[in-house]
Amino acid sequence: MGERTIDLEVLRYNPETDSEPHFQRYSVPCREEWVVLDALNHVKEAIDPTLSYRWSCHMAVCGSCGMMINGEPKLACKAFVRDYEGIIRVEPLAHFPVERDLVTVIDDFMDKLKRVRPYIIPRQVKAVAHGEHLQTPAELNKFKQYSMCINCMLCYAACPEYGLIPKYIGPAAIALAHRYNQDSRDGGRAQRQEEIAATEGAWECSFVGACSDVCPEHVDPAGAIQQVKIRSTVDWYKEHLMPWLKP
Amino acid sequence: METIQADVAIIGAGGAGLRAAIALAQTDPKLRIALVSKVYPMRSHTCAAEGGAAGVIKSDDSLEHHFNDTVGGGDWLSDQDAVQYLVEEAPKELIQLEHWGCPWSREPNGSVAVRPFGGMKKQRTWFAADKSGFHILHTLFQTSLQFDSIRRFDEFYATELLVDEGRCAGFVAIEMRSGQMRRFDARAVIIAGGGAGRIFPFTTNGAIKTGDGMALAYRAGVPLKDMEFVQYHPTGLPSTGTLLTEACRGEGGVLLNKNGRRFLQDYGMGPETPLGKPVLKTMELGPRDRVSQAFWHEQRKGNAVPTRWGDAMLLDMRHLGEKKINERLPLVRDMSISYMGVDPVTDPVPVRPVVHYMMGGIHTDIKAATPLAGLFAAGECACVSINGANRLGSNSLTELLVFGRRAAMSAMEYVAAGAPAPREAVREALGADAQGRVRDLMQRTGGTETVAGLRKEMTQTMEEHAGIYRSGEGLAAACAKLADLRRRYRAIELHDKTNVYNTDLLQALELGSMLDCAEAVVQSALARKESRGAHQRIDFPARDDAQFLKHSLALWKSNEGPRINYHDVVITKSQPGVRDYSGDHE
Repeated sequence: MGERTIDLEVLRYNPETDSEPHFQRYSVPCREEWVVLDALNHVKEAIDPTLSYRWSCHMAVCGSCGMMINGEPKLACKAFVRDYEGIIRVEPLAHFPVERDLVTVIDDFMDKLKRVRPYIIPRQVKAVAHGEHLQTPAELNKFKQYSMCINCMLCYAACPEYGLIPKYIGPAAIALAHRYNQDSRDGGRAQRQEEIAATEGAWECSFVGACSDVCPEHVDPAGAIQQVKIRSTVDWYKEHLMPWLKP
Repeated sequence: METIQADVAIIGAGGAGLRAAIALAQTDPKLRIALVSKVYPMRSHTCAAEGGAAGVIKSDDSLEHHFNDTVGGGDWLSDQDAVQYLVEEAPKELIQLEHWGCPWSREPNGSVAVRPFGGMKKQRTWFAADKSGFHILHTLFQTSLQFDSIRRFDEFYATELLVDEGRCAGFVAIEMRSGQMRRFDARAVIIAGGGAGRIFPFTTNGAIKTGDGMALAYRAGVPLKDMEFVQYHPTGLPSTGTLLTEACRGEGGVLLNKNGRRFLQDYGMGPETPLGKPVLKTMELGPRDRVSQAFWHEQRKGNAVPTRWGDAMLLDMRHLGEKKINERLPLVRDMSISYMGVDPVTDPVPVRPVVHYMMGGIHTDIKAATPLAGLFAAGECACVSINGANRLGSNSLTELLVFGRRAAMSAMEYVAAGAPAPREAVREALGADAQGRVRDLMQRTGGTETVAGLRKEMTQTMEEHAGIYRSGEGLAAACAKLADLRRRYRAIELHDKTNVYNTDLLQALELGSMLDCAEAVVQSALARKESRGAHQRIDFPARDDAQFLKHSLALWKSNEGPRINYHDVVITKSQPGVRDYSGDHE
């Protein structure tokens, strides 16, 4: 228990002054319980106020501080300094363009999220005056896990397919579409299928499973993607072999 | 300067801002809505709320109970007409969220489950495990994506409201990505910018909670109301200030001093209740102000538990068992292990009171309107006032829904009533002035002060003098110190003078907001010579209804400290009485 000085190697890039990114090293006295975000905050306050990165909650729920730490996508507020030996290398999330230092451009994810229609498309419209829908704990559990996504995008940074084929809708967006498909109150699966069962949807996934490994909220997007594939396959058979059974 | 035209522009895209945006889009699809936030909506601090949202739904409960709990909990400083509106609208809003897909926890029969919460006489807190705020925020954000009329401006920091002939005509904001300033021309503006907990060093609030929305209104001449009332949540982790929800106690967790005694019984909240069988509105389910104050006294008596992060008490949840903790409090367990190295299943968790919420804020009426025509406010940045001198846990998520929607309705009525479009030449001049002020800060050289340096002095001053117990002497010192910091703020020089995502500039502007909010807090606290709810004066230990059953209003003065005025409390049916949280009050 006590202090330990670590070397942070942070990727720096300012489009106005740098022709290309470079690493800058900072020596930071860290306390035992510190996370990498605390070390970055120390740099910002005491060493170099020009360093830019996103953060807010410091409790792994706002999803702002996703970054590559020693090559792995992590939330900086959940990456404990004590778990690293030697130099800690911090870079912006992989597969996203760098806006400045550790800040990435996330337009692509925001567009994809919107495209999968991540909201209830009611099975039956019900007025507020008619009260709540009943939903048993078992029905809730069918989608609860997929609703835990904090949109931190670590899964996109981990996904080899997204790195190769940027059009791929990707793990978090598919998991959220699946979350609504699985909800007993929802009737919008057919509409979402246009996006998530298309070539650039779930079928792009080669089931490496890296998305689920890095997810800080244990959403298991890989599991969601496989379920989407299975249901899409069933749809195909129903449509082509049993056309009298409209899906 | 590039301009954006909107009928209604909203500053802040957390719970209140999103709820307002959806209400606008649903009610009038032709409205042009601009939703402007310094962060992406899902980063807003609503996500950190854990315990739940209060609304009467079960048959053993009534609106009158919710009303009485809220008014008494607020030490009679709440406006009772507004509380009535809140409790009536609450169930509708929570059901609406249910229809939008919020994954509320359920009873075995499929109906929505409710849990006990501090200061509430009945179980009425709707929850989604211990991530209620997170689910509310994402449900609202995702629901908002279906409305094309909601135009989002993510990562735009508003620096100044534009006021033309006594009407709010829009604002200017910095687009973080380019560093360029944009002018938002709007017929009505809703501020939903959240609280200002970061004026204190030890807080559950995220880095973004710097009081920007409050400061925007304040500098435009709108008073900040009841700013002296700052809520300490009793149970934060001593290492990081991370919140452990009140639901820990709602589910049956107990608070112990170093001798293992459930000390709340020694502070008017006894007698002791059976372990694992929490009784509503007493002992560990007392209100936050009383529980935090009890800790302060225990600390003085030497009964606190020492940790390397300072004095603490113990939150013991072991008797709940692993299954219940995993089902109801999974985040609490995860965070206790991660940030304190303590597993609540096997050990009591050290906790201490931590700054959590501002009861005060932008002066609004029951319709979420401010005294400035065309300006509305909702959520933590606003003070209606529902919460009075002490907010009850789980009323704030409800408040941001009810008054987020109310602000939207009022803004729409205002626009429909023919709010004149502000004059272009005036807007242009105001916009240019505002831009000039940011440019001056950017380009200033020869400055002697730093953002981090002044921020540290500010937070230390607040902790030392504006904490759980306050004194006239300490507050006077804090007022002098903050006035000094405000002067020194003008000598800040930025290290970073580039445009793209300049967080040195952003933090300097946020510090400016915080200094204004902090000064309003200490000046209002100095003027309130009584003890009520979360405002406790060592030198004036009693409540003084004759003089102070009033809202304070801090009015901004550009070069001096604020002027403090008072405004009557609305009392409809509950006369000020004694707040009794003993177990034998029934």
